[in-house]
Amino acid sequence: MNRDGIFNFLSSIIVIIAGLLIGFIILLISDAGQAIPAFMTILTFGATSMRNVGDVLLLATPIILTGLSVAFAFRTGLFNIGASGQFTFGAFVAIYISIEFTFLPPPVRILTSILAAAVVGALWGAIPGMLKAYRNVHEVISCIMTNYVAMFFVNFMIISFIFDQGRGTSQALPSDSNLPSAGLGYIFREPFGAAYRSSHVNIGIIIAILIAILVYIILEKTTFGYELKACGFNKSAAKYAGINENRNIITSMMFCGALAGIGGALNYMNGTGLSMSIIDSLATEGFTGISVAFLGLNHPIGIIFSGILVSYLYLGGARMQVFGFSIELVEIVISVIIYFCAFVFLVKSFLGKTLRGQGKKESSKEGGEA
Amino acid sequence: MNMFYFIAQHTMVFMIPLMIVALGGLFAEKSGVVNIALEGKMIMGAFTGILFISTFQDRLSGQPILILGLFVALSTGVLVSLFHAYAAINLKANQIISGISINMFAPAFAVYVSRLITGTQNVHFSNQFRIESVPVFGDIPILGPLLFQNTYITTYLGFIILAVSAFVLFKTKFGLRLRACGEHPQAADSVGVSVVKMRYSGVLISGALAGLGGVIYTIPITTVFSGTVSGYGFLALAVLIFGGWRPGRILFAAFFFGLMQTVASSYAAIDFLRELEIPAHFYRMSPFIATLIVLAFTSKNTMAPKAVGQPYDKGGR
Repeated sequence: MNRDGIFNFLSSIIVIIAGLLIGFIILLISDAGQAIPAFMTILTFGATSMRNVGDVLLLATPIILTGLSVAFAFRTGLFNIGASGQFTFGAFVAIYISIEFTFLPPPVRILTSILAAAVVGALWGAIPGMLKAYRNVHEVISCIMTNYVAMFFVNFMIISFIFDQGRGTSQALPSDSNLPSAGLGYIFREPFGAAYRSSHVNIGIIIAILIAILVYIILEKTTFGYELKACGFNKSAAKYAGINENRNIITSMMFCGALAGIGGALNYMNGTGLSMSIIDSLATEGFTGISVAFLGLNHPIGIIFSGILVSYLYLGGARMQVFGFSIELVEIVISVIIYFCAFVFLVKSFLGKTLRGQGKKESSKEGGEA
Repeated sequence: MNMFYFIAQHTMVFMIPLMIVALGGLFAEKSGVVNIALEGKMIMGAFTGILFISTFQDRLSGQPILILGLFVALSTGVLVSLFHAYAAINLKANQIISGISINMFAPAFAVYVSRLITGTQNVHFSNQFRIESVPVFGDIPILGPLLFQNTYITTYLGFIILAVSAFVLFKTKFGLRLRACGEHPQAADSVGVSVVKMRYSGVLISGALAGLGGVIYTIPITTVFSGTVSGYGFLALAVLIFGGWRPGRILFAAFFFGLMQTVASSYAAIDFLRELEIPAHFYRMSPFIATLIVLAFTSKNTMAPKAVGQPYDKGGR
């Protein structure tokens, strides 16, 4: 790892620690007696058994993808707040195909679900892209609007086509529509106990990691990625160099949409029996994706780790409820972390100065001895 | 005719908070700071304001407690804005990121604290603030039912804020300096205007108005606050853009959205709309789709302040 990479890594760690500290202070203020065990739960629960580690990976799968979606946009000069809507659309289409297309053999059906989710996500992402390219509408605003439209529209579609009256949610997926465990269930399970309960972690996390690597290759090693990044750096310069910036904006948003859409598919095909509720709130995975992206410093490989970290905190936070604290604490911690991400550059330049300063001293010493 | 008054009165309920919050956004953006955190500031303002009203409504009643609640909300908005301002102005951070962190913090914080206090995520309060008919004015034909019946004092507060904002921004020295910082901060700095001070003022005023807007939005439509203002902060941002960063046009933009929301929320009470039998979800989508369409036709020549979103760098002079 080069020096810049080390700085990035260190500043992320500092930011995370700062966020956790504030979370701890809030716990102390709320209930000092329970604060320490609750806080230790957040910090350690995700690692207390192999099954929990598996659950962390399971939870990380969708947010790695929404994180990649946000980061890809950011690297190409766009702000994809629309990951939530793209995720919702992808999820709906994947669930619909899983339930209705039972004439397809399971492997084909699963693949179709994921691909269709990607396509629909891409199409939904294209709307803010086109509005930005041709009508000069800021993508943040149009993404916010498309998120709400997606939420209401998908609610309508679920009620019309795949509604489960009893549960008030979308129908359950047939069991052969779930993503295969790919042997991960044997690794991530409770070591003791009669049930040998395994985590539902499945091939989804492997798909997510592969996609992260693919995004890395596209961004760093291809002309296509270079052109997209060039537009992000300087639109006018890119145009001068003969890059079609309008087309790039749309392509980039479509790619982001596809990533978020796949996230939606993998999230609901994970075998936990998760189904879509008819509620008037936006899919949180899209917004968690923003935190994941910034924590991972918008680097595809960084996002694999930040996605796992964030889901680790969520799992511990959910467990912390036994001490009488609500899971919103985790969201507070993450929001504080994002706020401190705004300081990352400050931390980085501070680190840079101090470390470089030391380096100079050392080298001058060496020079002196020689 | 009754239906006409019904729609007008409801439109007011939706339009006033949108207008106030959009005006808040206007102050921030005119000073050069993007304020995507309006939603979060509304939630924080609504939360503390409603919590205050809910706690003290046994001891106080009627309009005085509403006014006190508004002050609480306003102060909260200012407090939250300090964080946004510090990151955006002093640290030259990405303004959208710090805004998003506030938007994420606010609902989580509101629900977390509600759970600690009430055991659930809801804060209940009783709405005792509706004015059946304003004395004297309420009896004026046509105008009376339109503006002075089934109303809240906040409606008039909204119009006062509109007038004062327009005056402050375009007729005072302060307003000129504030706008200069949003258009060309280097030039403002070169003639001795403190860009930092001006931008702080802009962001803090916007926080105050967003906090106010949170309470004003919540009171007429519900008696339970549960940590959300249903995307109104974002709609206000759209109103600001649609309004071309000008107070007069913001009034019309807010009216347009208020009308859309009225249709979306009460179409069942409007005969000819109910008979169309369009599913409720489509009505609820309509304000957002309308926003997209309107933006598509109004954004080509943007009237945004030139330096909005850019941290001020003295070296760039």
